[in-house]
Amino acid sequence: MEIVSAISLWFIPVMIAFILIYGTYKKVPTYESFVEGGKEGIKMAVSIMPFLVGMMVAIAVFRASGALDVMVDWLRPGLEMVGIPAEIVPLALIRPISGTAALGITSDLIGVHGPDSFIGTLAATLQGSTDTTFYVLTVYFGAVGIKKMGDALKVGLLADAVAIITAIIVVTFMF
Amino acid sequence: MVNYIWVVMILIGLGFAMVNGTMAEVNEAVFNGAKEAITLSIGLISILVFWLGMMRIAEDSGLLSKLSTLFKPLISKLFPEVPSNHPAMGYILSNMIANMFGLGNAATPLGIKAMEELKELNDGKNEASRSMITFLAINTASITLIPTTVIAIRMNYNSANPTDIVGPTLVATAVSAVAAILIDRFFYYRRSKKG
Repeated sequence: MEIVSAISLWFIPVMIAFILIYGTYKKVPTYESFVEGGKEGIKMAVSIMPFLVGMMVAIAVFRASGALDVMVDWLRPGLEMVGIPAEIVPLALIRPISGTAALGITSDLIGVHGPDSFIGTLAATLQGSTDTTFYVLTVYFGAVGIKKMGDALKVGLLADAVAIITAIIVVTFMF
Repeated sequence: MVNYIWVVMILIGLGFAMVNGTMAEVNEAVFNGAKEAITLSIGLISILVFWLGMMRIAEDSGLLSKLSTLFKPLISKLFPEVPSNHPAMGYILSNMIANMFGLGNAATPLGIKAMEELKELNDGKNEASRSMITFLAINTASITLIPTTVIAIRMNYNSANPTDIVGPTLVATAVSAVAAILIDRFFYYRRSKKG
């Protein structure tokens, strides 16, 4: 436990110090390089905006209309038949779409069922082992202007599905 | 495909709101979603500027290319199209390392930078290349060593042992990362067969 919190506390400061010391040692004009690199950050943030607005409005409309809840209800009986608890269904569906919404559901599940319960552990594992595919796709491809995504979305969502199934199997066997 | 998903999500939402009487919520969602997106991008500026500044120093000093030589055998297997001394390698690696430690905020700028380099390798086409799709697959499978956020939540709710989650997460993340790579390969070979 202490090692984990120590690593997360020290990782970034140590990395910053290391980059600066190494750069100075290699006679890089550190401050000027920093400013040059930083300028790109502003351009990037601005170029992401339209992609994020488009995607997040669509997700917000879909959720607010109640369509997502109905979809969850449809899928529930089938999933329960193969031993997947219904409580986890909304999380599994939202995780690829919205990181903050998923985090909200995860803390809610942990709060209601307890952090060491089966559902609590499953929610935590799911949250930790998957990522917000739509967000990553939108931001990464949006920033560099990729319009034709090819198989990227299919691959990403299939990988998410595998992660969710694996998490369920692993937690069932370990707890 | 994204075009269809986008339109379908909005249309289903609107249609559902008509039937279900949730039009007021949907009206609000349109504006809130847009606002949230801009807030998010503005919030990203500070992180993007700082980390891209730091990474530029790492690039200029040769640190990034050193890092890529270290992991060359592994990464060149995953990304056969990327020359081993190309800056894209360094960014891909730093992004993966940041993700492993749950540093999502630091990982995003590095990921975007990696995409930019990959696009250049692909002659600046606005079409996703093989390496880009592989990189994305690895990212969405999100190899996590320490799920910091989740551990924090568990601590908040007085878990008997908050770090219990590290074991199962590691197994799940490893299996799904391997699966992501296999799925990516499968789609690649299907594409190349079609020509």
